[in-house]
Amino acid sequence: MRPRHIAALCLRQIYLYRRSLTRLLETFYWPTMDLLLWGFVTLYLQRSSFGRMPVFVSYFIGALILWDVLFRAEQGISVSFLEDMWSRNLINVFVAPVTVTEYLAALMAISAIKVVAAFAVTSSLGWLLYSFSIFKLGIYLLPLVLNLVAMGWSIGILTTALILRYGLEAEILAWALAFLFLPFSAVFYPVKVLPRALRTVAMFIPASHAFEGMRAVISSGAFPPAQFEYACGLNIVYILAAIWFFMRVYKKALVSGIIPKIGE
Amino acid sequence: MGIVDIEGLGKSFEPGSYALKNVSFSLSRGQILGILGPNGAGKTTLIHLILGLILPTEGNIRVFGELLSPATRTGILKRMNFASNYVFLPQTLTLWENLMVYAIMYEVSEPARRCSEALRMFGLYEMRHKRARTLSSGQMMRLCLAKAMINTPEVLLLDEPTAGLDPEIARRTRRLLVELSRGKGLSVIYTSHNLWEMQEVSDRVLFLKGGKALLEGPSGELIGRYEVKNLEELFFKVLESGR
Repeated sequence: MRPRHIAALCLRQIYLYRRSLTRLLETFYWPTMDLLLWGFVTLYLQRSSFGRMPVFVSYFIGALILWDVLFRAEQGISVSFLEDMWSRNLINVFVAPVTVTEYLAALMAISAIKVVAAFAVTSSLGWLLYSFSIFKLGIYLLPLVLNLVAMGWSIGILTTALILRYGLEAEILAWALAFLFLPFSAVFYPVKVLPRALRTVAMFIPASHAFEGMRAVISSGAFPPAQFEYACGLNIVYILAAIWFFMRVYKKALVSGIIPKIGE
Repeated sequence: MGIVDIEGLGKSFEPGSYALKNVSFSLSRGQILGILGPNGAGKTTLIHLILGLILPTEGNIRVFGELLSPATRTGILKRMNFASNYVFLPQTLTLWENLMVYAIMYEVSEPARRCSEALRMFGLYEMRHKRARTLSSGQMMRLCLAKAMINTPEVLLLDEPTAGLDPEIARRTRRLLVELSRGKGLSVIYTSHNLWEMQEVSDRVLFLKGGKALLEGPSGELIGRYEVKNLEELFFKVLESGR
């Protein structure tokens, strides 16, 4: 693994975002809109409940900020790959002396940079608009965020592999696939709300453990270690599976000749 | 042994049909090989195979004496580069930024100096702070050629590199390639539909048709052997005769 190769691929994205106002806006626009819309809806619901839901705003705003972490982590990988396809630069990257492992590592590094930037904006907005500080989760914030980033990476690598396999017709997955997990990830409601069958599904989604953990920290101040361990275990399995799947698709792409087709 | 040795190379994308079949040739240091052929002859497939972008169905590719394989590919690619009329560079980035990214990717020492040199080589230095999207298609091709020279490659693979260039720039590019091959030992594999251009720059030519190599050898020798005046006549003679 050569750090300079990874640095070059990250630099390409940094230059891109520095020079593209629309891309910068895209990164911050949707989370800001979500926070404004759903934040005020939540505020209204809490006020209408006459104090029966004292931590409702915290649950909801915290969930919005953390869901955005997962979504940005996923997009940091899949959209960065798409950028090379859209600009017809993919072949240049694939014929440079960069290994596939380095390429994936660079996508993860780019994703981490994007997550940090978007998180800074959404957490500041949460504090400014609703006096909600995500940092009140304290030391537990880190394992929550890391688990959500890891799940975002798994989905991002899976999406990228599917785009590599099916070409630009699969690009919609970069926006859609993460949302497939949203209803079962217990982002805005606890797992117990789900029907029994879907509770089983939720058990296998790392994000559901992270969001249950978040609610536990907000309501009781304690983080359930079992949830954390479960989320970590699942994430390790899913990331390894996603990388394995990507490698398999890449090897098949070398045989089928799809890289020049999608790259030109 | 040449700097690029191709032996019995074949590629099949679908069972029963070959995009390339039993192609062999050897390219020495400082030679320019022109690949000729009608559309669908397998020229671009051959370039992609040498770059390791696709895997051969049969045969071997040796570059710098090493067998091209997933294990050796990165080391080989570090000493090669590529430009194509069909592959661009990110248009939101400036010319300078585009080259800087690749200079770092190819681990070039003194990347800033090398970016300046490469841009000057193709008359783009004054435009270095412009975004690539403001370039004409010919200027974009020159930027891609500058990128292809960023790591001072020993082997350069070019897929129709002068297709979008105006005659003056195309001539300068051809002269530069000849100068680099004669003076610095750069080996070039080059596809083009411009047969005059091929005759001007190529030491050797390879005729492909339907994925098969119909002819291969030094341009002058082939012209003499087939009793034709130039490569264009040879091209049509070979196509008509099938050999």
